[in-house]
Amino acid sequence: MRLESRTEYSRRAMLFAPIVAILVTLAVCALLVAWAGAPVGQTYALLFDGAFGSRFAFAETLTRATPLILTGLAAAVAFRARLFNIGAEGQLYLGALAAVAVGGMHGGSTFDLPLPLLSALMIAAGAAAGALWLLGPAWMKLKLGVDEVVTTLLLNFVALLLVSMMLDGPMKDPLAMGWPQSVALDPELEFSRLIERSRVHSGLLMAVGLAILMWLIERFTTFGFALRAVGANNRAAAFAGLPVGRTVLLCALLSGALAGLAGVGEVAGRASYVTTDMSPGYGYAGIVIAMLAGLHPLGVLLAALFVAAVQVGADSMSRVVGVPNFIADVIVATALLTMLVATLLTRYRIRWGRA
Amino acid sequence: MTESLPALRLANITKRFGKLVANDGISLELGTGEVLALLGENGAGKSTLVSILFGHYVADEGHIEVFGQPLPPGNPKAALAAGVGMVHQHFALADNLSVLDNVLLGSEPLWQPFSRRRAARARLIDTANRFGLGVNPDARVATLSVGERQRVEILKALYRGARILILDEPTAVLTPQESESLFTTLATLVTEGLSVIFISHKLDEVLRVSARVAVLRGGRLVSVRNTEHTTKTELAELMVGRSVTLPTREPRPHGDLVLSLSGVHAAHAGKTLLDDVGLMVRAGEIVGIAGVSGNGQHALADLLCGTLAADRGEVSVSGQTMRANPRDWIARRVARIPEDRHAVGVVGDLPVWENAVSERLHLPAFSRAGIVRGRTARDFTRRLVTQFDVRLSGIDVPARVLSGGNMQKLILGRALSVAGEGVTPTLIVANQPTWGLDIGAVAYVHRCLLDAAAAGAAVLVISEDLDELFAIADRIAVMFKGRLGPALPTEGCSRAAIGLAMAGSTASNTEGAPLHAA
Repeated sequence: MRLESRTEYSRRAMLFAPIVAILVTLAVCALLVAWAGAPVGQTYALLFDGAFGSRFAFAETLTRATPLILTGLAAAVAFRARLFNIGAEGQLYLGALAAVAVGGMHGGSTFDLPLPLLSALMIAAGAAAGALWLLGPAWMKLKLGVDEVVTTLLLNFVALLLVSMMLDGPMKDPLAMGWPQSVALDPELEFSRLIERSRVHSGLLMAVGLAILMWLIERFTTFGFALRAVGANNRAAAFAGLPVGRTVLLCALLSGALAGLAGVGEVAGRASYVTTDMSPGYGYAGIVIAMLAGLHPLGVLLAALFVAAVQVGADSMSRVVGVPNFIADVIVATALLTMLVATLLTRYRIRWGRA
Repeated sequence: MTESLPALRLANITKRFGKLVANDGISLELGTGEVLALLGENGAGKSTLVSILFGHYVADEGHIEVFGQPLPPGNPKAALAAGVGMVHQHFALADNLSVLDNVLLGSEPLWQPFSRRRAARARLIDTANRFGLGVNPDARVATLSVGERQRVEILKALYRGARILILDEPTAVLTPQESESLFTTLATLVTEGLSVIFISHKLDEVLRVSARVAVLRGGRLVSVRNTEHTTKTELAELMVGRSVTLPTREPRPHGDLVLSLSGVHAAHAGKTLLDDVGLMVRAGEIVGIAGVSGNGQHALADLLCGTLAADRGEVSVSGQTMRANPRDWIARRVARIPEDRHAVGVVGDLPVWENAVSERLHLPAFSRAGIVRGRTARDFTRRLVTQFDVRLSGIDVPARVLSGGNMQKLILGRALSVAGEGVTPTLIVANQPTWGLDIGAVAYVHRCLLDAAAAGAAVLVISEDLDELFAIADRIAVMFKGRLGPALPTEGCSRAAIGLAMAGSTASNTEGAPLHAA
């Protein structure tokens, strides 16, 4: 068996690749469900029901999708320029921390500003924190050739420890009875609810808006062209006179900012304070989402919805049948692997037998 | 020369890759003690045929016999054992090992307590003497010239008992003198009873070395000719399938000084790339840079494309000192044609239209406030594609799917319209502009360069193909070890003299062979 490069990639094959990948994933995971002794059909039905079956379920899925869209976009834009940002998790935490630092310290009166300005400052601070956290690794990659996969991944732990230090120190909530939890955001700075009696917040609109914006940038701007050219062939990009270094740095700022905004959304839209377990791996899930989406910003919306649905649905399903909700992680991880294979098959065809 | 038992017999070899038929029912015999030239353009199926012979590919149909014995398909070891040896265009030698070690590498088992060096050494010297391949077995390969390395590769094959030797474009990396010496070696090999397949697309050398010529075109064997009874013109027509006339140079007036280099020095990681390089090119003039690959041509091209900074010295275009920034060069209307089309010329995964405007996307012509003017860019690309005869199914296909010739036309179009339509570039820097192109495309590229010069552009062509430089350059300079010799008028330059300069001899130390006879 060997792989033969396809001369022309079919657009249809590229569109169908994620769908086929997800179907294969569900088929593979059906084996695990059956192994766990649960009826496969009922399990998947419950999973679907738990994600989309009721107003409440759907609202929960959308709430979960909000940070995932942003971390997915963060990974997608960075990967497009071959900047492998594995650090969205840390950037998310720092974004959340910066948001609270602006909008929560001294009861939100750190800065004496009118509310709309303070709100904008809070969002900007979160984005900037994430962006600056990624700037270092991007700069080291450009100037010193340091592998950004290693630096961004390791900085996640640094970020988490930094957050932990702040939660036990200057940003500790005195009313939290000793729980490591930050002071709360000024309630007036919290995002508004989109749906009555649910947790869906206007951060979702921000995420969807940013996905559309990212698509417009990639598709219609000179920066977007440079981004794609640098990612696809940076020698040719440099020869054509494109500013390779500036493009990579700008891309890092964008990617970090998107991940930081995911943190802002979690604080301002959902939790209102920072804890060290506020993200169940949103940053890492963003990588899977970006890959499932084929790095396409609009595809990220669908991929994030899929991952959110699997996670929310699995929680609800596990309460009914005896399949642990870890199946959600298995499904998401399997989806990444099948998607990688599917992408490979859009580029190569398998030939059986010898050359 | 066909003897009773052919050394090699290919019967009805067919190989398909998807829809492409790379070899279409090829039957061919190689006589013992014969040099058979395999002539054809890129993509004619030469490499596929040889890969099948050597066991890298399995033919879909047909079979091979070596000295009357059928050769099992898809087994390089069997091919070696049957006495088929191959010398690739790019040598597979370890620089840090001696000649002897390189020859032994892979020919003796890995797991044995002692390598039998003394016996091997004697056998190597014996083989070398028998075939007139004088090489010091203890010399480190790194210290050898390209021609000597090729001799080591041939020795390696002979040491392993090759009786049929396949040489893939063997002269591509050699100076004219080294090529001559290779031809002498081949003559010796043949008198010793070896059979040789000589793959080439250069007509002169095919006529020079072979007894018979097999011409491939589009995967089919078009004709087999006795070399004595054929001509260059006939072979060219057989190879291309139609008659092609290459454009030639006509006298042109030369204008103002455009490109000027003086005392340019560049180094990378402690290695000198350019050493005191000086050069002047006037408007309307074509200057050719000859040299064996790896003597600083890359650095010179990078310098003149704005991607390499000189450590010392002055680089100016039309009197303006140039910085190492491609956009500066583009802004000064310098048309740049890089050596490696796929890796540097285009971004293969992006559509043709984006590649066509990539150099000037930031200019107001193609973008405003960072937003690409898509319609303008596409209209421009459509005109470019028509004007430069780029054959494609649409301007939205990825550039990667273009053939070599069409990709080069796209790059040429992008470079030559560097100043916008209807304006001639000030300077054209073309590095190996026709490498790997078929004759039709070569003629097109030469025509473009000659026309641009006639319209007043200064043109610098860096090429390893001397025929190309003699065809279009007004003056030729030779690069050796980062130094550039004087650019002297092509009339009166002899190939022999240029060959010597390419090997590092200067007029001062080889009296009687000055670069310029005049």
